[in-house]
Amino acid sequence: MPLYHDEDQAMLADTASQFMAGEGSIQKQLRHWRDRNCKDGFGHGLWEQMAELGFTGILLDEADGGLGMGHVEAGIVLEEIGRNLTPSPFLTTSVLAATALKAGSDDLRQRYLPGIASGKAVYAVAIDEGAKHNPARIKTRAEKSGNGFRLSGQKDFVIHGSSADMLVVAARTSGADDDADGITLFAVPRDAAGMSHDAVRLVDSSMATHTRFDNVELDGDAVIGEVDGGREVLNRVLNAGRIGAAAEGVGVARGAMDMTVTYLKQRKQFGQLIGEFQALQHRAAHLYSEVEIARAVVIKAQQLLDANNGAGSEKAELMVSVAKAKVGRTAGLAVREGVQMHGGIGMTDEYDIGLYMKRDRALQEFLGDANYHANRVAELSGY
Amino acid sequence: MSDLEAFRQETRSWLEANCPPEMRQPVRDEEDVYWGGRKASFKSDAQKAWFEACVAKGYTVPAWPKEYGGAGLSAPQAKVLREEMSRINARPPLSSFGIWMLGPALLHFGTEGQKQRFLNEIARGEIRWCQGYSEPGSGSDLVSLQTFGEDKGDHWVVNGQKIWTSYADHADWIFCLVRTDKENKYQGITFMLYDMASEGVSTKPILLISGNSPFCETFFDDVNVPKSYGEDCPAYVGQVNRGWDVAKYLLGHEREMISGAGGGDRTAAIGAAMLRTTGELDPILRAELAMFDVDALAYTAMGEKFLDEIKVGKAHPAQPNMMKYAGTELNKRRHELMMSAGGSRALEWESEETGGGKPSRNWLRTKANSIEGGTSEVMLNVISKRILDLPGA
Repeated sequence: MPLYHDEDQAMLADTASQFMAGEGSIQKQLRHWRDRNCKDGFGHGLWEQMAELGFTGILLDEADGGLGMGHVEAGIVLEEIGRNLTPSPFLTTSVLAATALKAGSDDLRQRYLPGIASGKAVYAVAIDEGAKHNPARIKTRAEKSGNGFRLSGQKDFVIHGSSADMLVVAARTSGADDDADGITLFAVPRDAAGMSHDAVRLVDSSMATHTRFDNVELDGDAVIGEVDGGREVLNRVLNAGRIGAAAEGVGVARGAMDMTVTYLKQRKQFGQLIGEFQALQHRAAHLYSEVEIARAVVIKAQQLLDANNGAGSEKAELMVSVAKAKVGRTAGLAVREGVQMHGGIGMTDEYDIGLYMKRDRALQEFLGDANYHANRVAELSGY
Repeated sequence: MSDLEAFRQETRSWLEANCPPEMRQPVRDEEDVYWGGRKASFKSDAQKAWFEACVAKGYTVPAWPKEYGGAGLSAPQAKVLREEMSRINARPPLSSFGIWMLGPALLHFGTEGQKQRFLNEIARGEIRWCQGYSEPGSGSDLVSLQTFGEDKGDHWVVNGQKIWTSYADHADWIFCLVRTDKENKYQGITFMLYDMASEGVSTKPILLISGNSPFCETFFDDVNVPKSYGEDCPAYVGQVNRGWDVAKYLLGHEREMISGAGGGDRTAAIGAAMLRTTGELDPILRAELAMFDVDALAYTAMGEKFLDEIKVGKAHPAQPNMMKYAGTELNKRRHELMMSAGGSRALEWESEETGGGKPSRNWLRTKANSIEGGTSEVMLNVISKRILDLPGA
């Protein structure tokens, strides 16, 4: 498959681009909700509009009310989200939770999938424990209790945790903390007794929670997939989320780069446009080169995932980590160069370039930063 | 079965029958590369047999038309052939600047007579060409070149000096940028073709920091260059004084080639191989290798995307400059890391264990990657101007 968008994908990109630049713009969404100290950090109205366009169910099967599309298409929407810093539950709900729920029972699917397709529901995914992503170690435990389970432990960096109607929680049902096996995924409803959220606003104005589970009683039908066999589904969820975050990161990088290149053509000092200075031209050109490469590897990884029905081949796993690491480094470069080349104005809240720097920082940490994924590339390559 | 699939099967059996096992090994050194030309000799019977089989089939230049010595393959067919050759590690049967540089120029700008003569000679490996571009005073600023051809009616008398002429000492003919009008900077250069055996041509190999001499200084001292080699076969490509158009076309082509598009060793991941070589990796080196592998694998994807986009005309015309910049910088970093991983063993300059100092010589050789065919700085200039549309000269 060629590594560029086909006609249908290009059309989707046009639609997503127009919508995010319009309804999803920084002024209408990110700044609007931030300045009102919104407890969700995003607008439900926009979420429903995204559902009307079919975006929210993009990864769901048509039978489940979705578009039956793949990671390339989800990535197209995410890249535009990244470019416009549009706050929404798309990544957590339509990518991560949707991927988990697709592995669930008919009952779970019927209960939760319609809310994704309609944009009425928001779901969160609780994986991290501690400040750094490390899904190989899961301490949160679910003990057998009657027909169901009793869940205890703490999850961190749960994006949209306190806004979510349901949380997908990765917990240990057997074995030691670092075992690959013994993981089970649960769909925990928002009103589950014993679940409490400590909601925190992050640097990018998004909302996350430290979520405690204190003997939360769950029915057996809250299990997504197999008991003790959740690692495989979790890996799918991670692949989907990581390549999704990478696609959004490419958007952030491109948004920051475009804004910066435009500024270089407007700002005058020493009687000339600063874009005439070779010192800045070369840095901008280097950045362009890195962003192009990052985009290419993201499409490559998306296609590999889609080719394998999201199951993840070895090559796809490797390229997802390559993509997340490459985008992490590249978007980091884009926002740092962006702020520096804007000079003083880049330090002001009024100007948008700083918002890109903040979003990039949060996105970097989400599902593993560049260091985490470079290490994973080494491990998957055998060293 | 699709036509392409049928072609693949056919190609596979042809390769099976015609590519000797010795030619299915990675190229180890310069002697494994067959360059052709009047002075050429084969290193082995296998090399000869493989070369001759390819000439007969048109596979030294598979995408060129049959009447010029090629096989007339379509782009998808040529891709299948590349894939099938790479699958069995088949070596290129013939390497030459004729194939890579002059051929594309003639296919684009040449007369029918030039194509008939020169393309067939190249395809059959009869004439080895070298490229006369850079001069001591004209490197990145190539258009300032001074080698001058004085018009004497039916011929020019060429005087001047070229530098960095790759393998000029082994070449039979040269395609050379010669100033034919001193008043016109851009429209005063002619893209000439002439015999290196002409009186007044001399070459002097340049010893490089790698200890090798792949490049020469080339001197022209009252060299007579006829304006024509027969009917419809002028001694210049394109028009007189319009050689810069040809040179620009070829520079784009060269950058595309040097950029390593299509992957290959230059951009492959190396971490696992370094661990095998050294037995263990220092944690900081391991981290650097991991970051390198991320960049290398991402660049490989970019190479694929670039080729896919070129095929359908989606790539920005200046994108080869980006590929060249990123690819050559990556290759330099690769060899730095290989030297680090190799430790003191990699310092050995002549030992048998290092194949005569391969690690260090290759490492030094890569330093030219970001200089030859347009420096990294020139690439960045081009990206700034043509892609980012930044202001200024």
